[in-house]
Amino acid sequence: MITKRIIPCLDVRDGRVVKGRNFEGLQDVSDPVELGRYYSECGADELVFYDITASAEGRKLFTEVLTRVARTIFIPLTVGGGINTIEDFDRVLKCGADKVSVNSGVIRDPSLIGAAAKKYGDQCVVISADVKRVDGVFRVFAKGGRENTGMEAISWIRRCVDNGAGEVVLNSIDTDGVKQGFDLEMLQAVCSAVDVPVIASGGAGCAEDFVRLFQALPRVDAGLAASIFHYGEVSIADLKRTLRSSGINVRL
Amino acid sequence: MIAIVDYGVGNLFSLRSSLERIGAQAVVTGDAAVIAGADRVILPGVGAFGDAADKLRAAGLDLAVLDAVQAGRPLLGICLGMQLLFEKSYEYGEHAGLGLLRGQVVPMEGTLPEELKIPHIGWNALHFTDSACPLFRYIHEGDCVYFVHSFYASGCEDSLAATAEYGLELTAAVAKGNVFGCQFHPEKSGDVGLNVLRAFCETEVQA
Repeated sequence: MITKRIIPCLDVRDGRVVKGRNFEGLQDVSDPVELGRYYSECGADELVFYDITASAEGRKLFTEVLTRVARTIFIPLTVGGGINTIEDFDRVLKCGADKVSVNSGVIRDPSLIGAAAKKYGDQCVVISADVKRVDGVFRVFAKGGRENTGMEAISWIRRCVDNGAGEVVLNSIDTDGVKQGFDLEMLQAVCSAVDVPVIASGGAGCAEDFVRLFQALPRVDAGLAASIFHYGEVSIADLKRTLRSSGINVRL
Repeated sequence: MIAIVDYGVGNLFSLRSSLERIGAQAVVTGDAAVIAGADRVILPGVGAFGDAADKLRAAGLDLAVLDAVQAGRPLLGICLGMQLLFEKSYEYGEHAGLGLLRGQVVPMEGTLPEELKIPHIGWNALHFTDSACPLFRYIHEGDCVYFVHSFYASGCEDSLAATAEYGLELTAAVAKGNVFGCQFHPEKSGDVGLNVLRAFCETEVQA
C-alpha cells in the first residue's frame, strides 16, 4: 500500500536557504544542495523548494542551485514561488524539477493551471493554497497570506483541481507557526471536496501532530513542514519511526 | 554506452543525472544510428500513450528500439516507456505498442476500489513475483519506489517480475529475455532506484 509522505519545505532566497540550524555533521546549512542531500538521506520522501527571491538576478541563482540539487537528489522535487507563467514552469522543469507549485500566479491568472496541465500533465501541477477563516468562512489569501482575495477556499480549490491541478497543498494560515497541530477541520473540508492527493501544511509542532493528522484523516497523503525540520525540533528519521510504530505506513 | 531515447516526451534531466551518478556512460539521443551503436537502450516517457507512440514512430525510433532488442541489447522501458513495450493500450482509445511483451495497458479507473485516488502517486513497496529478475540484484522485497501513473499493464503474467499493492496488484516491473520495464521511476526512487539502474547496466548483452 502506498506510504504517507513526509515533505520538508526549504525557503530559498538568491540561491541560499533562508533558515536552518542544528544539523549534525552539516557544514553549511544554508547551502540548498547540502541541506537537500541531508534531508534525502534522512528519509524525506520529497523536497519542496520555495523561491522567495524578488529580483531576476536572484532567480538566475535559484535556477542554478536547483539544477545542482536535482543532480544530487534522486527523489521528487517540487518548486514553488514566483510561478506566474508557462515560461516559469518551463524554466524550473528544465532545471530538473518534477512538479511545480502555483499560488498567487493562479489567483492572478486562473488559466495558468489548465495551460500547464495540458503541456506537462496534471501530475506536474500542484495548487498551493493559503487559507484562513474569516467570519467562519474559509477564504483564499494571496501574496504569501497578506491579502484576502475574498474567494471561498473550498470551491476555489475544487475549481483548480477541475482545471487540471494534480495535487493540493493546503496551508492553513490559522495554524501556521502555532505548532499546535495541523488544521484538521480545514483539511477535512478539502479532502471531501477533491479526489487528488492532499498535502497538509501549517501547524506541525511535534511528531505526534503527524500521527494525529494521518490517524484522523486517512485521505491526507502527505505532511509538509519547514521550521520544525530546519531547527532540528523533529528529525525526519525519528518522525518516520514514530509514525511506523503508530501503525502508519511510511517508507523507512 | 547507454542510449536514452529522446522522442520529445518528458524530462530526461533526472534520468541522465542518475546514470551519471552510478558512473554509467549515457547519451540522450533521437538519432537511430546512435541507438543502433549503443550497448543498452533506455526508453523513457511520460504523458499519453497514443501521443508518445505516434512520436516514437514519426521519428522512426520504434524500429531503432526493436532492432536493438533483436540484436540482443538490453532495453529498459520506464513508466510510459514500459507501457509502450506491450501490445496495446486502452488509454483514450486503442493504440498499438511495440509488441515486445504480451499484455495490454488498461485504466485504473473503474478497476480500483472507490476510495483510492487516481493517479497512483507516491512511494509504494515492491513485491517480487520473480525474485531472480536481474533488475533486483541490489534491492530487496518490500523496498519502496516512486510511482506516478493512471494506467497499468495487465495480462502480462509471462513477463511479470514485481507488483505494487494499490487496491489490486499493479504491475510494477517486467522482464523477459533482454527486455525490461519498470512502471516506477528509478531516477526518482532514491538509492533503491539507483540500484535498479545499476543492475540494468550490468545485465548481460546477448550476442
